[in-house]
Amino acid sequence: MSNEIEAIKDPGLPAHVHRKADSDPAAANRAERQVAILFGISALGTVLLIVSYIFVPQDLFIFIPVMGNQNAHQLGLGLGMAISLFFIGMGAIHWAKTLMPDTEVVAQRHEFRSPDSDRKEFVDAVKSGAGASGLGRRSLIKKSLGAALGLSALSPLLLLRDLGPLPKKEFETTSWKSGTYLVTDPGNRRIKASDLEVGAVAQVLPEIEDPEHRALSDIGKDAVLLIRLRPQEFNLTPAKLAMTHDGIIAFSKICSHMGCAVALYEQQTKHLLCPCHQSTFDVTRGAKVIFGPAARPLPQLDITVDGEGYLVAREPFSEPVGPSFWERNSQ
Amino acid sequence: MTIESGLGTVANYVDERTGAAAWMKKNLQKVFPDHWSFLLGEVALYSFVILLLSGTFLTFWFDPSQREVIYDGGYQPLAGLKMSAAYASTLHISFEVRGGLLMRQVHHWAALIFMSAIVAHLLRVFFTGAFRKPREGNWIIGIGLLTLGIVEGFLGYSLPDDLLSGTGIRIAEAIIQALPVVGSYISYFAFGGAFPGESFIPRIYTVHVLLLPGAFLALITAHLMLVWYQKHTQYPGPGRTEKNVVGYPLMPTYMAKAGGFFFIVFGVIAFLSAVASINPIWLYGPYTPGQISAGSQPDWYMGWLDGLVRMAPPLETHALGHTISWNILIPGLIVPGILFTGMALYPFIESWITGDKREHHLLDRPRNAPNRTALGAMSLTFMLVALINGGNDIIATHFSLTINQIMWFTRFGVLILPPIAFVITKRLCLSLQRADRELVLHGRETGTLLRLPHGEFVEVHEPISPEKAYLLTAHEQPPALELPAVDAHGVKRAGGLRNKLRSRMSVANAEAITKASVNDLKEIDHH
Repeated sequence: MSNEIEAIKDPGLPAHVHRKADSDPAAANRAERQVAILFGISALGTVLLIVSYIFVPQDLFIFIPVMGNQNAHQLGLGLGMAISLFFIGMGAIHWAKTLMPDTEVVAQRHEFRSPDSDRKEFVDAVKSGAGASGLGRRSLIKKSLGAALGLSALSPLLLLRDLGPLPKKEFETTSWKSGTYLVTDPGNRRIKASDLEVGAVAQVLPEIEDPEHRALSDIGKDAVLLIRLRPQEFNLTPAKLAMTHDGIIAFSKICSHMGCAVALYEQQTKHLLCPCHQSTFDVTRGAKVIFGPAARPLPQLDITVDGEGYLVAREPFSEPVGPSFWERNSQ
Repeated sequence: MTIESGLGTVANYVDERTGAAAWMKKNLQKVFPDHWSFLLGEVALYSFVILLLSGTFLTFWFDPSQREVIYDGGYQPLAGLKMSAAYASTLHISFEVRGGLLMRQVHHWAALIFMSAIVAHLLRVFFTGAFRKPREGNWIIGIGLLTLGIVEGFLGYSLPDDLLSGTGIRIAEAIIQALPVVGSYISYFAFGGAFPGESFIPRIYTVHVLLLPGAFLALITAHLMLVWYQKHTQYPGPGRTEKNVVGYPLMPTYMAKAGGFFFIVFGVIAFLSAVASINPIWLYGPYTPGQISAGSQPDWYMGWLDGLVRMAPPLETHALGHTISWNILIPGLIVPGILFTGMALYPFIESWITGDKREHHLLDRPRNAPNRTALGAMSLTFMLVALINGGNDIIATHFSLTINQIMWFTRFGVLILPPIAFVITKRLCLSLQRADRELVLHGRETGTLLRLPHGEFVEVHEPISPEKAYLLTAHEQPPALELPAVDAHGVKRAGGLRNKLRSRMSVANAEAITKASVNDLKEIDHH
């Protein structure tokens, strides 16, 4: 006896087990009837679909236990479609499983590798073809072809140039100017400082001549949140404190992380939370980031009031609002 | 004689004009192995067909335009509001077109199931080693389809221009904007100016309904042709070898089952669409950059990406008048790039480690490839932790946790848990191998207790069938690669560090519990 390890032998494919329908004609007929019933249920589904489409009004709601109030039209259409399709599938599979041949068949595989002679001829053909073209020897052709192909790839890029204008300085500017009035959104009404109670929060936009046609791209940069605290609650540098008015502080509503609207304000903690990635900003400390992925505080807008007590911007934003970009000069 | 002779006439007609008989004869009897896990790819294929059908229906009414309109349709809560034509036409499909809402739901459910099926299919292929030679190319096509699927799905749910999806586009714009040097330019080109502009929806509409479906069709065709030509893999078992394929002939059994299965997938999707509301855009309202709804979530296949972005530490580099947002670039582009590249190259990496360049048509049982299985479990754990953080706000409100707790858990978890999953999975695989060995050598535990004359209790073991014994021992256990630092002539090999790495990984990869053999059985008999 050698020491070679002997693997456990392959007993070969197990013997085929015949189904009842293979030998018993009554079982086969029963299976046929079952398939027919399944197809029949499918037909009923189609009828339900047609009836729902034509006769069930679109605004009819019915109460169904567990599911609650459901639109009968939608439900009828959907269930009808589901039944009509599902039972065609069930019928076909039941048919295949009970009546079609279920003997496993063995087919042979062949290695994909070609015979060595073919492989050699193939390689030779490639080599001689490449040799005949002279690509290897004629380096001038090779280099100039490479350069030409590379350059020609520029043309599709160039043709895409007119997809849009150049950004110029637009990422860095908003509609806020010195003296721009703050107006409500929605409503476009000027706001008096006295309209805001302590603890209140409001979304505002810069006043423009034609508020009916305010561009979404402007809102995307101009949106500002107004929050009123008690002045003693602030913990700000003198410069930042001077940008508030009587406890009213204004921040860009556009998240400094990825530009979502920073819309969740927790009155108790005085935190602003962005619902997209949960960056959390502390209002009392000038929207300093206290949690989450944002790397910069929300830019603060310098506000004051005019002679009649209406809120206005004293200065435009001193830094770009919204997410970072390559040209942004962040300090 | 009716149907049979009719089909015979058709076959005759076709052959006389194409000479296809020889090819058809061979291929109609093509053998397909049967296993439930082979249906996962089929689900993906059928969902794609359903997507094409339902998507075409939706294009008949959808207006891919960001032109501003005043809503005057039947849904009263939004009456008189300004919105884009895209959003208004989606409302029209939902409320006025009969069956429109159903088709929207079919389209969205089919997309979710399409992506789920692709991922499940990918896991099946990975854990059974079906990607090995000669199927590496098809693996890469599959990774391409997965990637395109993620993009296509994102573009699709962005089209209605509702508040939720518009927020998703805003985030995509921020990722583009964060690209060093070219970011702001590419953003302005993509959006035709400042975000959101009026160009983006029409542009992604063309990509969504023409460009990407075309790419899908081409890749799916190549994917299926390769499966056909290379023949399907099969699970190991008695009578199944690397040289054969055991299963059912295409005509009629497999055709009926596969065709029937298409209707079942369609039926299930229609059922879900009938009873489970998905993406009720009328509740979100039209998009405006100044507003947002709490609990903003992407579809599940984007959730891991969003989770990574959420957990990123607040890192930005500010230097020389420029800003680089690592908090966006690392989770949004660099990590996914590494993951997907690694995934695409995995067949080549594994073959480099094992030195195995042979063809494989028999699948591995996952326990018999402990390293690969552990690697898969590790990657899944990473994705799962990221996905959990993608839903941290929802989880926080449902389980009375704070966002901060979940965020800190996932920030550490995403680094610590995957290696733990690797170790546990590998040990589990080896334990299962040990159990297999026990089973072959000592048989099945019957649960019958026997009291011996001297009072000792023993459990009666029953030998397992030769088929089962073969199944549990059919796998190969190749030794680790031998890569000595000096070759046979005493010359130091080039690339010492590379060799050392390869050697170490090969040893780890070859770790196994020696499978039971006839010799072992004889030895037991002997005692």
